[in-house]
Amino acid sequence: MNLGQWVPIVGLVVLGALFALFSVAIAPVVGPNRPNRAKLSAYECGIEPTPEPVGSGRRFPVKFYLTAMLFIVFDIEIIFLYPWAVSFNALGTFGFVEMLLFIATAFVAYAYVWRRGGLDWD
Amino acid sequence: MTIAQDALQLPHLNYGALAPMLILFGAAAVGVLIEAFVPRRSRYALQLVLGLGALVAALIVVITESGTRELTAGAAIALDGPALFLQGSLAALGIVALLLIAERTLEPGGPFVAAAAVTAGTEEDRTQAAREDAGTEVYPLLLFALGGMMLFVSANDLLTMFVALEVFSLPLYLMCGLARRRRLLSQESAMKYFLLGSFASAFFLFGIAMLYGFSGQISFAGIHSAIQTSTQSTTLLYIGLALVALGLLFKAAAAPFHVWIPDVYQGAPTPITAFMSACTKVAAFGALIRVLYVAFQGTDWDFRPVIGAIAVLTMLVGSILSVTQTDIKRLLAYSSIANAGYILVGVLGLSKDGLSSTLFYLVTYGFTVIAAFGVVTLVRDADGEATHLSRWAGLGRRSPLYAGLFTFLMLAFAGIPLTSGFTGKFAVFAAAIGGGQSWLVVFGVVSSMILAFPYLRVVVMMWLSEPGESTPTVSIPGALTSATLAIGGLATLVLGVVPAPLLDLTNHAAQFIR
Repeated sequence: MNLGQWVPIVGLVVLGALFALFSVAIAPVVGPNRPNRAKLSAYECGIEPTPEPVGSGRRFPVKFYLTAMLFIVFDIEIIFLYPWAVSFNALGTFGFVEMLLFIATAFVAYAYVWRRGGLDWD
Repeated sequence: MTIAQDALQLPHLNYGALAPMLILFGAAAVGVLIEAFVPRRSRYALQLVLGLGALVAALIVVITESGTRELTAGAAIALDGPALFLQGSLAALGIVALLLIAERTLEPGGPFVAAAAVTAGTEEDRTQAAREDAGTEVYPLLLFALGGMMLFVSANDLLTMFVALEVFSLPLYLMCGLARRRRLLSQESAMKYFLLGSFASAFFLFGIAMLYGFSGQISFAGIHSAIQTSTQSTTLLYIGLALVALGLLFKAAAAPFHVWIPDVYQGAPTPITAFMSACTKVAAFGALIRVLYVAFQGTDWDFRPVIGAIAVLTMLVGSILSVTQTDIKRLLAYSSIANAGYILVGVLGLSKDGLSSTLFYLVTYGFTVIAAFGVVTLVRDADGEATHLSRWAGLGRRSPLYAGLFTFLMLAFAGIPLTSGFTGKFAVFAAAIGGGQSWLVVFGVVSSMILAFPYLRVVVMMWLSEPGESTPTVSIPGALTSATLAIGGLATLVLGVVPAPLLDLTNHAAQFIR
């Protein structure tokens, strides 16, 4: 087997690693250092960071978990919806009915969460 | 990118033959909607009627479809003799387990927690344990689990099998954590089952990847033909087989993948334990025989010694450790491990007899074990079920009827003639001897003899000891538990005295299609 054709890829990996190391090493040397509270806080997509529970015995509210689960339900729905939409014509009526059934079952889960108060934050 | 518009061939679906699974999944979805929209006090009756109706309907459809022998849904699902037989067994055992689960007269509100999110051990928790009616989520979960199990035993490729494995495992994890009393123990068991089950699923999935690497196929027929014709190294094949078998043997509770069984069986609510010990075994062994008989037929010289060693280990671990148990639920858990070993002996017959005896054993064991756990739910004191063995001393004086029934079930487990335990063991051992595996039978008989000791010890304690201060009362069961006990006890007796009709049925069903 001719391994020579892979040399450019190895070279690219090495270059990438070198660039990352170089950037991290050079930044404190050449960059100005003016920290403030907002800059030092953990980055949470621009939202005010939620204080984390520290130590044992303190709990996360179960609401986070519910929200995450609900997100997964719709996430999976979307994963199936895209390929279906792309090949809509090929799948025809059968595919349309199947997708309606699939959305209906996903909606069952949503209805359960909604009626049992999973969407009320307080 | 354009997609070839006419290249897409829609798979043929035989809706009649798929109906049992569709009925169960549909009823489960309706059950979730009942949880969402129906007022709390009406839910129990509705869920019970819906669950029973769906299971009976599924059973009837399986019976009417019993002549079907075909691959459907693009060969992803095989509806052949073993699949239909196991689906029927799952529906029948599911009905009996559902009756036990729905019992509400033994304990006010039933054996399940009212609000599972309430922190265990708090004042609020004590209030709900004493007063509130149980939550009814367990019914849709049961239907989802049974539907998944039916798909599991009829899956004809590895990916469908994996999806079915998850469909029936996830509800089981949840159901284990729903006990009304001893909630921390129950939640611990759910957590342990979930973590270990996830690892087993991951191994199973990794095995699928290996088998795909070997054969380029995920269907059992494809893997089988790749084994016959492939010229490449078989390393991937054997790694894949080992990992897939590991995932299945974990669910089937074979040693050394059995360690979760005692804790989960003890912590889970007893009706759920009954359901798991009967139906999960049927499902796991149903899938295992399909993988071994359909996909790996022709490699038996390679896997037989390994799975044989696992069977021996399972029988010995189950029987020897059950001698030391002091809790009735743990004792039945270890006995369930030993029984997994006996079923494996039948599986390793690797013949038509091996297949039919395995099917027979699964049904007989299922009915007996559900009835046995049904009796366990009756022996109670103020704190719920009294499961410590010392508390069972002198129970024969307190309640000769139920102690007598339990004695009968213990004798069936021990394999005394005229019980289904005897005919089942006889069938699997005969199949193993027929397949040239006498060494397995030797270990099987030794293990049965060891296992008779703990069973008979319980019997002796119940009848020959005086009831003490701490002997709990035996509650009078309501109609549902009575029905469970009657069906389980009768099945144990009838299948022991006249096993021929069921044996004919399993013989008739014991033919896979590929």
